[in-house]
Amino acid sequence: MRETKYWIWHLAAGVLILFLLGLHMAIMHLDSLFGAWGLNPSGGEAIAWNNVVARSRMAAMIVVYIALLGAALYHGFYGLRTIVFELGIGPALQKAVTVGLWTAGLCLFVLGAIAAIAAGRL
Amino acid sequence: MASSTKHYPNRLGIVGWLLGGRWGLERYMYTLHRVTGLGILFYFVLHILVTSTRALGAEWWEGAMVRVGHPIFKIGEFLVFAAFVIHGLNGIRLIAIELGWAVGKAEEPVYPYRSSLHVQRPVLIGVMIVAAVFLALGGWDFLQVTH
Ligand code: HEM
Repeated sequence: MRETKYWIWHLAAGVLILFLLGLHMAIMHLDSLFGAWGLNPSGGEAIAWNNVVARSRMAAMIVVYIALLGAALYHGFYGLRTIVFELGIGPALQKAVTVGLWTAGLCLFVLGAIAAIAAGRL
Repeated sequence: MASSTKHYPNRLGIVGWLLGGRWGLERYMYTLHRVTGLGILFYFVLHILVTSTRALGAEWWEGAMVRVGHPIFKIGEFLVFAAFVIHGLNGIRLIAIELGWAVGKAEEPVYPYRSSLHVQRPVLIGVMIVAAVFLALGGWDFLQVTH
């Protein structure tokens, strides 16, 4: 069934997010630890401009950012869709919600992916 | 799981997230999982918009960082971290249950009966303890304010 497949993707995305978002949080908050790996080359705060530029230029970071962006958008919007459907809306409204959430998700994905790629050239 | 073909009346609606009667701990975790999931999603949409400004250069980035530098955002960030820990660990528990790994073996019902809750409840308690440890560590880090 198609719905089951969407749901399995939702679970798989959750596992991927746990790993990547854990990494993302560690890099941003355990900055003294990760400075040594070149992820915070200018020292100080992880969100300082020079550190942001250094990370944005790394090919591996661009890939990770885009993967996390896609996985989290899919997982989050699918979850929101489940919640809205559970309130008991009819099939026509279900269809509209699905289309609306896909549109919003794709727009955010394109914006985030373009930003990640463009920031690689800073 | 969502179904686009059938739909059944949801008698209590959102009210049922909290006020459905004398529900077990697992049911309140369902509500907490929802609330944390929606909270992270809200933050995530803003986060995409804010961090995308880096592609426009230093001035845009620094302007955005000043705007989200207020202490109220720091508290918000801790809540996002807490939501991530709770939702992520509880999510692994849900996956283990939904795929049938954490419900125990099927067995003949011999008195005193054992239900799948005998397996599920300890897993839930374990998840909450691990979450509490992460929250304490994260809370300590956030209190260092330099971050
Ligand atoms: C940290 C890793 C994560 C894991 C392991 C995870 C896991 C899960 C699981 C297992 C479910 C329930 C699926 C079901 O029972 O059918 C779920 C629901 C949900 N998740 Fe996540 N998730 C994670 C991160 C996120 C993030 C980053 C967001 C937001 C962008 C999010 C938003 C949601 C929402 C809105 C729901 C729907 C809640 C519901 O159906 O009650 N999750 N997640």
